[in-house]
Order: sequence, then structure tokens, then C-alpha cells
Amino acid sequence: MAVIAKDGYIDLVRDRVENFHGNQLVYVGWDDHLLFSAAQAFPLPPEMPFQALVSDVMPSVFNYHPDFRKIDWSTVQWVVDGVKFEPDMGKSLKDNGVGHKSLIRFKTPGLNGINGTRL
Amino acid sequence: MPSKKLNLRKRYELLTRGMGWETTHQKMDDVFPYDTFEGIKITDWDKWEDPFRLTMDAYWKFQAEKERKLYAVIDSFAQNNGQTNLADASYLSAIKLFITGVTPIEYAAHRGFAHLGRHFRGDGARIACQMQAIDELRHQQTQVHTISHYNKHFDGLHDPFHQFDRVWYLSVPKAFSEDALSAGPFEFITSISFAFEYVLTNLLFVPFMSGAAYNGDMATVTFGFSAQSDESRHMTLGLEIIKFMLEQHEDNLPIVQRWMDKHFWRAYRLLALVATMQDYMLTNSPMSWKEAWDVYFVENGGALFEDLSRYGLRMPKYHELATAEADHISHQVWSVFCSLGNATGFHTFLPTEEKMAWLSEKYPDTFDKYYRPRFEYWAKQQAEGTFEFQKGLPQLCQVCQVPMVFTEVQTDPMQISYRVTEHGGDKYHFCSDGCKDIFEYEPEKYVQAWLPVHQIYQGNCGGATIPEVLEWYKFSPDDTGDYIGSRDHARWQEWKGTDAMVKQA
Ligand SMILES: [Fe+2]
Ligand SMILES: [Fe+2]
Ligand SMILES: [Zn+2]
Repeated sequence: MAVIAKDGYIDLVRDRVENFHGNQLVYVGWDDHLLFSAAQAFPLPPEMPFQALVSDVMPSVFNYHPDFRKIDWSTVQWVVDGVKFEPDMGKSLKDNGVGHKSLIRFKTPGLNGINGTRL
Repeated sequence: MPSKKLNLRKRYELLTRGMGWETTHQKMDDVFPYDTFEGIKITDWDKWEDPFRLTMDAYWKFQAEKERKLYAVIDSFAQNNGQTNLADASYLSAIKLFITGVTPIEYAAHRGFAHLGRHFRGDGARIACQMQAIDELRHQQTQVHTISHYNKHFDGLHDPFHQFDRVWYLSVPKAFSEDALSAGPFEFITSISFAFEYVLTNLLFVPFMSGAAYNGDMATVTFGFSAQSDESRHMTLGLEIIKFMLEQHEDNLPIVQRWMDKHFWRAYRLLALVATMQDYMLTNSPMSWKEAWDVYFVENGGALFEDLSRYGLRMPKYHELATAEADHISHQVWSVFCSLGNATGFHTFLPTEEKMAWLSEKYPDTFDKYYRPRFEYWAKQQAEGTFEFQKGLPQLCQVCQVPMVFTEVQTDPMQISYRVTEHGGDKYHFCSDGCKDIFEYEPEKYVQAWLPVHQIYQGNCGGATIPEVLEWYKFSPDDTGDYIGSRDHARWQEWKGTDAMVKQA
């Protein structure tokens, strides 16, 4: 709203999507699994199929958790940018409505962290 | 003939107020171009009460005396191999975070006050800022000189200023300093002198200095003491500037209140690093973060704001949340450091049984319930050899730049606190309403934020792999990773014999 600067600001948006060499940033957070203390940031092509996010990208980090290999993906609850959502696994991130700097959160019912501690 | 010797009062006047004048060849607004655009209205600079009646010559004399004492202690510390009297070499992690994260703030403060020492229109305020500019430079210098002794014996202390400009977690203090430095002079001084030095400084210096004393680090205790008498001058300046702005014009109140809200939150988020140092990095902690918060903010800060309420100023926004978070933040931030310990310039280590017992006692409502399980799980994994550092990079808050680890402590402490807003078609993420409010008031400023994780992905940090980025940070493999098995640890065992080994195991 306010610009409080003697001569204004130069027009610099440091994280515009053009700066990511064809990728867009996507954050992925696993609810009730605080062993990962924050959501993870990934640079991904917008054309990447949602399925590839699930089978290639997410395991690179989340595999470390013993719950990960027990996930029944048909029961996973997804929230993208605050809205409940059913991904179409065959379609791209973009066509699923996942944009630059979108936050994807997923919940895995029945899997609530190490010994149910939400870790 | 009148006496050549002036009395103290006259000397003081001539050496401060007598140094300024109303310009005639150039307009005052051209000579002092920075002190009006923030909207602060000053009707009479002569009403400025000098917070410390000190002339430059007296200032030099005091400071020189302090320097002589400090350097005598530093010399004898070095000659007597003072480093061998530490409680444990893992304590050095706190010193490493201090020299890379706090010392460069001292230098940033020096730059800011040097600017104000030229650009405030009132000569009294200018002189006060000039002295503080020299103080802050001295703090930076004495810290570097003191800690350079440890640099001879331990890893991770070799390049603090290079690292301050690059490293993922050091962007937190860097962004804090640059937010203030890039603001106008009144906001800068409200941020540094009032929000940071007056309201919150005790939370940094008291635990840090008594922490040093508790862990046998007499070198740090000494520079702390040497800085402290300067610090009390700085606090007086902070209070004076707030009162001066509020007394000068009623239109200043909403501006000052907004700055208070903003810079309280900004400085408080920075102190999450200090909370972590205090509760986890010190081998022996003199008091917990929560205890310090209760004394220095809830009690002392509460009394201060009650006093300021006669000017119409109220407690900073979200202070209740900060108090609720006191039970959580040190555990949350140490968790993220431990899970990314392969990319920190200091050694991480899991809390020992002894430390966990202390944490349970100090945090009866939260430690056992929320935090002990993760440290025990990691300890079990370490024992089994299955522990891994986290592979990904965390989401960061656009304003405070801390990884988004803070949770909804008032409703659900195991739920990450996510906040988001849109600006110019892009999304921006925040750790809290406090950070989101700051962004939404001045989005054009914060869209420029240099977020380390995003910079890595843009290809601006030396490469796409962790080793390349660490090299760009000038972290050597000996600087990072777990303390147990590190070069620091090995050296400590060599000095101390097997006792140290048994204690750590
Ligand atoms: Fe200082
Ligand atoms: Fe200071
Ligand atoms: Zn934040």
C-alpha cells in the first residue's frame, strides 16, 4: 500500500517466475509429520505431470519418513493454496491449478507420524 | 581578562549545540534531505534533550580506558590458553553463530548511525548518533579481536562477513539490519535504538554474557562488559527519540506506533536464533529463553509500555503471541538446525539426557509433549546409523526469512502456521500475521527480498548441489555436520583426555 522511500523503489520483484529458468517454485508440506520442520521448496517445470511430483519428486525428501512407504495414495487429502482439491494425476501441475509459489499440503489419514506423535 | 578555562556546562554547549547552524547559502532541506519523507513532524529541534551529556574529548577518554582493560584481558586469555577452560568445545557453536550472525549487525548499526550522525537536522541528535556510530564500530572490532583467538583452534570462525551476505540462516539477521538501514532515519533509530536496544537487548546480552561466564568463556564475558556501558547509553537514546517524536507533534503517534509494532516483531523473530543459542547451544544455560522472556519482556517491557501509555503508545501488536511462543521457538529452531546440520557453519548436536532433563524442567508444558520425541527419535537413529540430514530446502518466510517452522501455538502446536497474500499476481508466504502485516503495508519493499532458498534455485549461489553452495558460502566440510566426530571434537578430546569422550557419549 504505502511506499515510504525518498525516491520510491525500483521495480524489482526478485522471485518472478521468469527468474527460475523455466521452472516454477512449488512448496510441499506433509501435515502431521513435523519430523520435516517446514514445507519443502522445489523448482519444477509447470508441465510436469502431477503423478511425477508424487512418484519422483516427493520421495526424494519424504522417503526418509517410515510412514511414506505406507501411504495409500487413493486416500490422501490434498489442499492447494488453502483449497481442498482432487489432483488429476495424468495432468500437469499447471492444468491442476498449481502455480508459481503454490503451497501444496497433503494429509495421510491413519498415518500420523512416528508412534502417532504427529512427527 | 576572562579565564581561559571554560566551565563544564559551557564546554558541553560549545562542543555539541555550538557545532550546528542554520544554513543560508543552501536551503536546510537540501542540506538535510532525509529527515522529512517519513512524515515525522519536528517543530523544534532545540527541545531535544541530550540523553548523555558527553563531549567528544570525554568520550575518547572513557573509551580508551575500556579498550586498555579489554585488551589486557584478551592478551592474558591467549597466553594462558583460555580456550582449554571452556565447559565443552560444542559451546563454540554459540560463538560461531554470534560472530557470523550478531557481529555483522554491530557493523550494520555503525553504518546506520554514521548516516544519522550526518543527516539529522538537530545537532544534539547528530552528536549522539555520531558517538553511537563509533561505539558500534568498536563493538564489531572488539568482538572480532576477541573471537579471533578461538579461530586459531576451532573451525567455522574464519569468514563471518562473507557468510553474513550469503548463508541461508544468516539472511535472517541480514534482512533485519537492511530493513532498518533502507528505511528513513527516524524509522532506523526506532528499530535499532528502541525496539532492539531498549525493549529487547537484555534478552540478547544478559543470557549471552552470563552464558559465557557459565561456560568458562572469560574472553566473551569481557567484551560483553566492555560493550555494556555503551549499551546503556544507547538505550537512553532509544527512549529519548521515542519521547521526542511523540512530544513534537500528535501526528507522529500513529507512525511511531506502526514502527513499534513492526520492529518489535522483526527483532523478536531475529531473537529466535538467540533463544536457540540459549537453550540448546550453551553447554550450561544460566536461564531458559522462557525465563528470560518473562523477566525482560513481560515484566520489564510491560512496565515500560505502561510508562509510555501517557503518550498514547500501546504495547506492540502480537506481543501476546510472542509470549505464548516462548514455550516453543527454541525447540523448533534447533530442530531445523539439527535436520539441516550438513549445511550449517557450526556443529549441531542432539541434546544430551542431562540437557533434556533440564528442558523438561524449564518447559513442563511443552518439552516432553512436543519436542522430546523428535530428539529421542533422532538419537535412536544416530545410534543405529540410520540418521540422515534432510534432503530438501525449507520454505522461508518472505519477511523474517526464518524457515517456516513456527506453529499455531495458541490452538494447535503441531500445525505449522501458514499465512499467504497476493501482490502483483504473485503469492507471498509468511510465518505469522506479524510478518504478513509488515509485507502488506509496504509490499514494494519486501517483494525485493533476497531469499536464500529461492536464490539457490535461481542459480545465483555457486551451483545446484549442496557442496557447491557450501563452497560458495566458504564453509569447509570441517565446519559443518555433527559435533561428535568433528575436528573440533577430536581436538577437544586430545586436550581433555578420555573424560570428555565419556561425557559426550
Ligand atoms: Fe553494539
Ligand atoms: Fe548498541
Ligand atoms: Zn516471518
